[in-house]
Amino acid sequence: MDVAQLVELNANYARVIDNEQFEEWPKLFHDPCLYKVTTAENVADGLEAGLIYADTRGMLEDRISSLRKVNIYERQRYRHIVGLPVVLGQADGAAEVETPFLIVRIMREGTMDVFATGCYRDKVKPDEAGALRFAERIVVCDGRRFDTLVAIPF
Amino acid sequence: MDIRHEETALEMPGSTPHGPWPEDSLARVPYWVYQDEANYKREMQRLFEGATWNFVCLEADIPNKGDYRTNHIGILPVIVVRDADGSINCFENRCAHRGALIAFDDGGNVQNNFKCIYHAWSYDLAGNLRGIAFERGINGLGGMPKDFKRETFSPRKLRTTTLCGLVFATLSPDTPPIEDYIGSEVLGRIKRVLNRPIRVMGRFVQPLPNNWKLYVENVKDTYHASLLHTFLATFRISRLTQGGGVLVSPDGGNHSSYTIAIPEGANATAYKDQQIRTDQDGRFALADPSVLESVEEFGDHIQLQILSVFPGFILQQIYNCLAIRQVVPRGVGKMDLVWTYFGFEDDSPEMNRRRLKQQNLVGPAGFISMEDGCVGGFVQRGTAAAADHVSVIQMGGSTAESQATRATEASVRGFWKAYRRHMGY
Repeated sequence: MDVAQLVELNANYARVIDNEQFEEWPKLFHDPCLYKVTTAENVADGLEAGLIYADTRGMLEDRISSLRKVNIYERQRYRHIVGLPVVLGQADGAAEVETPFLIVRIMREGTMDVFATGCYRDKVKPDEAGALRFAERIVVCDGRRFDTLVAIPF
Repeated sequence: MDIRHEETALEMPGSTPHGPWPEDSLARVPYWVYQDEANYKREMQRLFEGATWNFVCLEADIPNKGDYRTNHIGILPVIVVRDADGSINCFENRCAHRGALIAFDDGGNVQNNFKCIYHAWSYDLAGNLRGIAFERGINGLGGMPKDFKRETFSPRKLRTTTLCGLVFATLSPDTPPIEDYIGSEVLGRIKRVLNRPIRVMGRFVQPLPNNWKLYVENVKDTYHASLLHTFLATFRISRLTQGGGVLVSPDGGNHSSYTIAIPEGANATAYKDQQIRTDQDGRFALADPSVLESVEEFGDHIQLQILSVFPGFILQQIYNCLAIRQVVPRGVGKMDLVWTYFGFEDDSPEMNRRRLKQQNLVGPAGFISMEDGCVGGFVQRGTAAAADHVSVIQMGGSTAESQATRATEASVRGFWKAYRRHMGY
């Protein structure tokens, strides 16, 4: 798989979240899919639960509509710094890819703090039109402490 | 060596670091109680190190001899460990020599003894000091004095008790047996959920920007849930107009609120009538409602149960989504909320998947519980200049008994009833 295409996919992923174009985010996944936010510790202990767990594109869309219409939280946004993807292997037409990330959270009153760091563990394959999409994106956070609340997906 | 330093011996009975409690009613609480450093220190001694049972781990966390976990009771660091005879010991995580942490990981297995890394003093599984490196010195020089009595130097030991797979510990000899401490009504609601061996599914920590009591009050506050949390009201997971109520233990400290899965009938328009923000009236629908697909698991139509044991243990059942939450104070205006998501050992693959999906409802990113992460901070910030003002906690009256409605703050008042008794206010 072409690393340049993976870089572009990740750049687009980060951009739609950081620019608050959240409705674009589910479109970067296949349907069904698996999106999960967890910690390195849970992965090491074989614990399956996620902070966020979605196995259909509909569940991803619900995250966004809940974020837009339902949940109450102080205004905030993210800045993703996404590292270079490493292709670990290929299976069933999907590439297994690992990409490090760092997320700064910008709060309403102006604080800019590192909110999370970790590694995306992905299965990526093209859709019918040939565009790369995530069949699986497991967001493995390095630490286990999530300050105040997680409103926006990583 | 333990030298107990008591606060001022001349203290007036009932006095607080701010003078007398402002009004003799459970329905008024002064805001300094969330801000005062001296009061915070007193809470650590009188509540967490006092006659209270504190959750320290699950039995399932330490199944075998030498398995241990570390935790905190208030600010007190503790080790909980399984002994050779299957019993569970708990002692302060503080070396008797220079005070270093004896264990500095979250848990593990030590076989027969703990060894402090600083000077290699060692402790058995009951926390007794057993070994001192170079105790007799080298070539007759140095070493500990011959009259040094190892047995009088050990970290403080706590009593432990188990209940439905939960392990609790207390430093006080006066804490009553756990069943009496919790009270029969609330105890029944713990046994209702924890009725067979559990299986941990995930752990997360949520640091909150507020005093620990603001979160505990939030948990006990049955009034706020469907008003703050739009998701709950929109999907009829819990509305005040549904059947339910709140059980409060006689001493006030423990509670269990519950919602029954029975239609609202004549009360169905109450939210619209009150023009409540959380009444979305079809403006929000799920693209994939599988997140709410639940099955009756406990055979009693209770679809939501939130339960607390004084001071900082919480057990949650929302549909098939089960979790334990532990409150750990981290200074006057900060706390950690430690989440343990769980299911049961005998869960089918379908039930496991159901729980994984429903876990979206809770935790730091929970559709329902997200707002609880920020609302305590809003109170902490809102009251910054109001130390000597009071909050009004009067829904459902001024007392703290069980009520057959959740449009009440009875269990919040119950918390203050227990708090004031333990604190001597």
